[in-house]
Amino acid sequence: MPIISKKNSVDSIFSLITGVASSVVVVLIIGILVVLLRESSLAISRFGVIHFLLSTDWNPVKESFGAASTIFGTFVTTSLALLIAIPLALGIAIFVTEIAPDFMKGPIGIAIELLAAIPSIIYGMWGLFTLAPIMSKYIEPALQKTVGALPLIGILFSGTPMGIDILTASVILSIMIIPFTASISRDSFNLTPSVVKESAYAIGATKWEVVKNVVLPYSKLGVYGGVALSLGRALGETMAVAFVLGNNHQITTSLFDAAATITVTLANEFTEADKDLYLSSLFYLALVLFIISFIVLAIAKFFLLKAERRYSR
Amino acid sequence: MNVEQKRKAESILALALSTLAAFSGLFWLVFILGDVLVHGIGALTPALFLNDPTPPGVVGGGLRNAFVGQLMITAFATLIGVPIGILGGTFLAEYARGTRTARAISVLSDIMVSVPSIVVGTFIYAIMVKTVGHFNGWAGAVALAVIMIPVVLRTTEDMLSLVPWTLREAAFALGAPYYRVIIEVVYRGAATGIFTGVLLSIARVAGETAPLLFTSFNNSFFSTDMRGPVASLTATIFQYAMGPYEEWHMQAWGAAFIITVFILLITIAGRLIIKWRYK
Repeated sequence: MPIISKKNSVDSIFSLITGVASSVVVVLIIGILVVLLRESSLAISRFGVIHFLLSTDWNPVKESFGAASTIFGTFVTTSLALLIAIPLALGIAIFVTEIAPDFMKGPIGIAIELLAAIPSIIYGMWGLFTLAPIMSKYIEPALQKTVGALPLIGILFSGTPMGIDILTASVILSIMIIPFTASISRDSFNLTPSVVKESAYAIGATKWEVVKNVVLPYSKLGVYGGVALSLGRALGETMAVAFVLGNNHQITTSLFDAAATITVTLANEFTEADKDLYLSSLFYLALVLFIISFIVLAIAKFFLLKAERRYSR
Repeated sequence: MNVEQKRKAESILALALSTLAAFSGLFWLVFILGDVLVHGIGALTPALFLNDPTPPGVVGGGLRNAFVGQLMITAFATLIGVPIGILGGTFLAEYARGTRTARAISVLSDIMVSVPSIVVGTFIYAIMVKTVGHFNGWAGAVALAVIMIPVVLRTTEDMLSLVPWTLREAAFALGAPYYRVIIEVVYRGAATGIFTGVLLSIARVAGETAPLLFTSFNNSFFSTDMRGPVASLTATIFQYAMGPYEEWHMQAWGAAFIITVFILLITIAGRLIIKWRYK
């Protein structure tokens, strides 16, 4: 059967090509890990792992490098951003699924998607020229006068409000991640069977009680996934924070202080690193960021897959 | 206030707060877009598109080099990333459909979609800039392609999976080999979806800045040589906005306006196509 065998050989070539193309993703992930490990080997052998992660020293002149101040900056800005974004995103999802009349659902959904489509450099530029002055002139002094006067928490709001600080960066980050949490939460809310909701209404529950006691518990896996995905996004966000965070390698106590995240440090210093150890330490930072965000995103994916499996049953 | 009233009041309060949250999202969108519009419109002069940058203080400078560079980098990224993405997605949805391998690659792609783009920049720097010894446009294009591949791959996989299996069976029954079934039946059925995925992936990378900073870098002169540093709108925005000169800021707003409009138009077009095709 010559014709069929000929066909089969073309087919096997095509399947081979597509197989190679799909393996590119795996090759890239392994490649990034291997290349970053190799490039940072100098810094790894000099500073070790624990010492690098715990040292707050970042001194290009003395060639002494530690990641603690940038990890701290990354952690503080992302957690503050999540703190602002999660309630808003859940509110948006509740509004779209439970409250909005049909003619409003579409436009608000599109608006949220457009918010996600705006490139991060636009957020950064807007933050620098528009939000930062507003923060330093109105919002931060107001915060200082009210919350800043309280004992203990007051220290978070001390210092001169310059607008180029952790708070401004976190606000911008939060606006950027709202769409991710909101759209995934909305999709999970929509999967709640209406029979379950209707039975809650039938025993006299108010709308809020239905959302709180039926919809939220039912869709919590999806919401966790959305939050973890937003966290992964926020960890790696560069341009939106590069404009408004300063690049200050210090662990600070006030939200009105400049700081540095891993991404901002890379964006500002990578092309200026003149010594091998300096560049290697920056690669080391990139490696740390890659591993952290990979783990966070894997957790997000785990929740989303688990949610998918539960709802499809 | 009795229990009933309290529950009702609580419900109204919570719903009001949710509504407020939704409008705050709208507020940010209008605020940011309005700001870019207001600042950007004034910066749109013929000189912005037709002239190359001039030294600070000399009037009449433009961003022709950045517009051309951005177009080249994005176009080459698309040429590299889209075929790999589509073929890879084909493997997952067709030859490897339902296998463990396909599921694993699919999950890894989803993770790869959100991996920090600046990390991709450092990776490409190590393999394509450090080895050559200077920044080059190809490195920028490859960096953007790396970000594109998982996006295109995942949408292609999803779109091909939407094509009913019976359609393939009909083609098999006519004696067609699998590759012809894929090309002539499955691709045709999923063409609109794949096209939309490609559009959205272009929108995704056109605004990327971080991966370009260490790869194609920037160039204040007009250059179409992909072997050397190439200017891009996004890297120029970063440099100009952080710079001290007022006319730099103006040009940065102009560039920001063009890029935002371009990306939003593509995104909206993509949404409309999906709505029209898959309603």
